[in-house]
Amino acid sequence: MNVYGVRAIYTFEMSRARRTLLQSIVSPVIATSLYFVVFGAAIGSRIAEVEGVSYGSFIVPGLIMLMLLTQSVSNASIGIYFPKFIGTVYELLSAPVSYFEIVLGYVGAAATKSLVLGVIVLATAGLFVPLHIAHPLWMVVFLVLTAITFSLLGFIIGIWADGFEKLNIVPLLIITPLTFLGGTFYSIDMLPPFWQKVTLFNPVLYLVSGFRWSFYGIADVGVGASLAMIIVFLTLCLGVVAWIFKTGYRLKA
Amino acid sequence: MNNDADATLRHADLDTTRGSRLKGPVGQPVVSISNLSKTYDSGFRALKDVDLEIRRGEIFALLGPNGAGKTTLIGIVCGIINATRGTVVVDGYDNVTQYRETRSRIGLAPQELTTDSFESVWGTASFSRGLFGLPKKPAHIEKVLKDLSLWDKRNNRIMTLSGGMKRRVLIAKALAHEPRILFLDEPTAGVDVELRHEMWNLVRALRATGVTIILTTHYIGEAEEMADRVGVINDGELILVEDKTALMRKLGSKQLTLQLQSRLDGIPDSLAAYDLELAADGHELIYTYDTTAEATGITRLLRDLKQTGIRFKDLRTKESSLEEIFVNLVRERR
Repeated sequence: MNVYGVRAIYTFEMSRARRTLLQSIVSPVIATSLYFVVFGAAIGSRIAEVEGVSYGSFIVPGLIMLMLLTQSVSNASIGIYFPKFIGTVYELLSAPVSYFEIVLGYVGAAATKSLVLGVIVLATAGLFVPLHIAHPLWMVVFLVLTAITFSLLGFIIGIWADGFEKLNIVPLLIITPLTFLGGTFYSIDMLPPFWQKVTLFNPVLYLVSGFRWSFYGIADVGVGASLAMIIVFLTLCLGVVAWIFKTGYRLKA
Repeated sequence: MNNDADATLRHADLDTTRGSRLKGPVGQPVVSISNLSKTYDSGFRALKDVDLEIRRGEIFALLGPNGAGKTTLIGIVCGIINATRGTVVVDGYDNVTQYRETRSRIGLAPQELTTDSFESVWGTASFSRGLFGLPKKPAHIEKVLKDLSLWDKRNNRIMTLSGGMKRRVLIAKALAHEPRILFLDEPTAGVDVELRHEMWNLVRALRATGVTIILTTHYIGEAEEMADRVGVINDGELILVEDKTALMRKLGSKQLTLQLQSRLDGIPDSLAAYDLELAADGHELIYTYDTTAEATGITRLLRDLKQTGIRFKDLRTKESSLEEIFVNLVRERR
């Protein structure tokens, strides 16, 4: 195991975040605050409690998930796309690091960054609404597993993308809609029966639901189903990453 | 032959001063490339069954026109490009199945100026050392940066550096993990003349510590100046590998230029048997001869000139350069 190599990649990625502190930390905090103002205060004041939880508090887990998913994907995808784009990837490929170590460095850094953000968003939310965390341990489990899974997805997108357009298209056209339609701002009980069924095909629903359960003990789907879904997704991403490195897809000619 | 003997002596001296990180004696193959072929997805055949052995402790210059396959060859050895067929053995290890062993011994300074613009010089060199699996060693990074005249710029962001400095940053990164084999792909492209000489000295100093150096270059003067052996690659085929001095002796023709006392309008019929041409508006007579032939014919030519009544006031000889040899070689193949 090339520990120094993993550490070099991890540290490099983390220092990249420090250089862009404003963009990395401040903008998500502002975005969260805006969501609270619009959904929590303006619209939320007209919505009664959802399953015994005030609407403002109800959307907190969804908002954290929204940040976690989008930030994990964008951090990890840019992390590996950029060296490819400017050509410094040559060094990574010529270094005595295994594929596992490369993934550990990049995905580890991306997941760390989005976890830090998740905690910041949580703290920001605490300024607006009272928070209650019923199962803190499970909350951490959901947080960590989701951050890792979506950082892996980001890594895959970063390798697949051969232009900035592609880099943005997956988060924009797939992740954001899935998150918004995955029960971030509502319980699926609020939907007509047909759309409830459709929503069950949205993987993000299971993440948000499980995460919300760890806060308030309420969920759209069973906690077991949520966990299973994350693990399936994680395994899928790991499989794709393994295939990428085995074939050298978009990395090696 | 004297040159060869000298080289062997020099290598033998080095061997005693060297650490034991590499197995085997100087002069033995340290990189063995066999039957190496690469066909890109586009169908382009960049390498065709290349066999090459790089000897421990030598400076090997790989020459060839653009697109000949130099960078592909280096890319495969370093692990950046997958070979279609063939094997590469570095210091006894296979570069695919035992890549950690091979890659930790190799440093690569690529041709393209690919750098992390926002990183500092110090930061990027330290990163390279870590990536190659070594603990921090500021003294070594300091030495490398000083050797490459980058010490004053160590805290500068790379984006603020000139092209020649970026080139040296790439070399600094390649040296950060103390490699025993160094690949320099066009190391002096964009580097000014003075610095080029400094870099040559650096390369020689590295070789003196036992580092094997493989360089590609467009400046044939560079190969002529630096290399122990020369390989010429064209259209993906290695068309020649030779000891540099032997190559120049073997393929080199020499020219004898005679400055005439009075102008000649044409070459007299009595001298038609010689490979002669007139230059400088008839004031110079140039005789081209083969240095490897049993007789150069110079004595006979001078005698015949005297008999013909042609007098000269001065003479000089000139060897063909590696560049001329190279151009001729590549042209012959077309």
